[in-house]
Amino acid sequence: MSEIAEKVRAIIIDKLGVEESEVTPEASFTNDLGADSLDTVELIMEFEKEFNVSIPDDQAENIATVGQAISYLEEHAK
Amino acid sequence: MELKRVVVTGLGALTPIGKTVAEYWHGLSNGVSGAAPITRFNAGKFKTQFACEIKGYNPEDYFEKKEGRKMDYFTQFALIASNEAIADSGILENVNRDRVGVIWGSGIGGLKTFQDESIQFGLGDGTPRYNPFFIPKMIADSSSGNISIKYGFRGPNFVTTSACASSSDSIVAALNYIRLGMADVVVTGGSEAAITESGIGGFNALKAMSERNDDPLTASRPYDKDRDGFVLGEGAGALVLESYEHAKARGAKIYAEVIGGGLSSDAYHITAPDPNGEGVVLVMQNALRDAGITPDQVDYINTHGTSTPLGDGAEVTAIQKVFGEHAYNLNISSTKSMTGHLLGGAGGVEAVAAILAIQNGIVPPTINHFTDDENIDPRLNFTFNEAQKREVNIALSNTFGFGGHNTSVIFKKFAE
Repeated sequence: MSEIAEKVRAIIIDKLGVEESEVTPEASFTNDLGADSLDTVELIMEFEKEFNVSIPDDQAENIATVGQAISYLEEHAK
Repeated sequence: MELKRVVVTGLGALTPIGKTVAEYWHGLSNGVSGAAPITRFNAGKFKTQFACEIKGYNPEDYFEKKEGRKMDYFTQFALIASNEAIADSGILENVNRDRVGVIWGSGIGGLKTFQDESIQFGLGDGTPRYNPFFIPKMIADSSSGNISIKYGFRGPNFVTTSACASSSDSIVAALNYIRLGMADVVVTGGSEAAITESGIGGFNALKAMSERNDDPLTASRPYDKDRDGFVLGEGAGALVLESYEHAKARGAKIYAEVIGGGLSSDAYHITAPDPNGEGVVLVMQNALRDAGITPDQVDYINTHGTSTPLGDGAEVTAIQKVFGEHAYNLNISSTKSMTGHLLGGAGGVEAVAAILAIQNGIVPPTINHFTDDENIDPRLNFTFNEAQKREVNIALSNTFGFGGHNTSVIFKKFAE
């Protein structure tokens, strides 16, 4: 697993209070990991802070699963 | 329209001298001081370096990590005390939750949340990175909102804010909503969590707080000649109020009846009390009239009594004006001598104290009395230093807030 993927998973585990085993690439933040709309906003902000990127709202809407977050950040992280 | 009778069927308390009602009463009846050096932050440069913190408070003892971090301490405290009161009342067993309200009190709301988020912004380069939970954590009504969400209570729901009178105002509002038939049950009380840099620094700037850093335990000394300001406390007091008919129908245990509430304003100064105590005279008269009783029927006054030089004197002057000769028959005490001043939570924990005095036939003391103040009539009984046994049929609780808000609530031993 890439360093980025490890960090993404750590943020998700911390913010959503979920078990490591639940954070699979297919897991949806809202459907599988118990996030509500505010949790999702907070996750995006944490990703932005951790990876020093700015994620536009229209792209943030497409980041709904663990795997989508990892691939977006692997592509855009500085 | 006939007003409904309102009774107290559940109690909850999270205080600097006890984290449950039983522990709180143990502290009150034994004259325990909750003051100690501040542990929440480094207060080394502050004029006041002590407060009445909830001892060893750890959110994870009460909340899952994810749940806890979305709530400021004042909301956590509100939930903890409400949980106890709701469980105590047995109300969840069979109740129409559309008819259960939550009317909570908080003078400030999420002060630490506001402070910390603002610091983060200030440390940045001007790019706004406000957390989505910032506003819902900070706003004062997140307390009543979270209680209703947890329990599914869909009745009236709001928070009263009137500084240190906030949670007496919430209790009076709850009383009146039930009296009018707008709810059968209301979870009420109040909470505050202001032991932060901005709370301590802000009250220090007002010269309102004790600076007795060499002896925190005895710093809160209402009516003592050498009192030098209040000691900041934190926590929550919760009550379940219910119409008598509703309580009777479900066979609930009844602690006391809430027979009246009064409100008034000093219309004088934003922080200083009116030295003649006219607004305080008015509020007690309003409460007595609302309760339909005469002053000589009152046994015990749990005073606002914050231990400030000006405020304590004005309240005593007002008590003597309202109660006349009967003032000498009263037991008077300020339980803030033990808990410190919970600001918007004061009315909640002090209502619990007044009700427990009725229940137990014991008046909790005003501790830390060393030297009489020659400006205070020595014939008044302030219940100094030790609790006193006394049959309490009627107790009156006073709270007053910056802004000139005054509120009195009157509780009576329950009889059919």
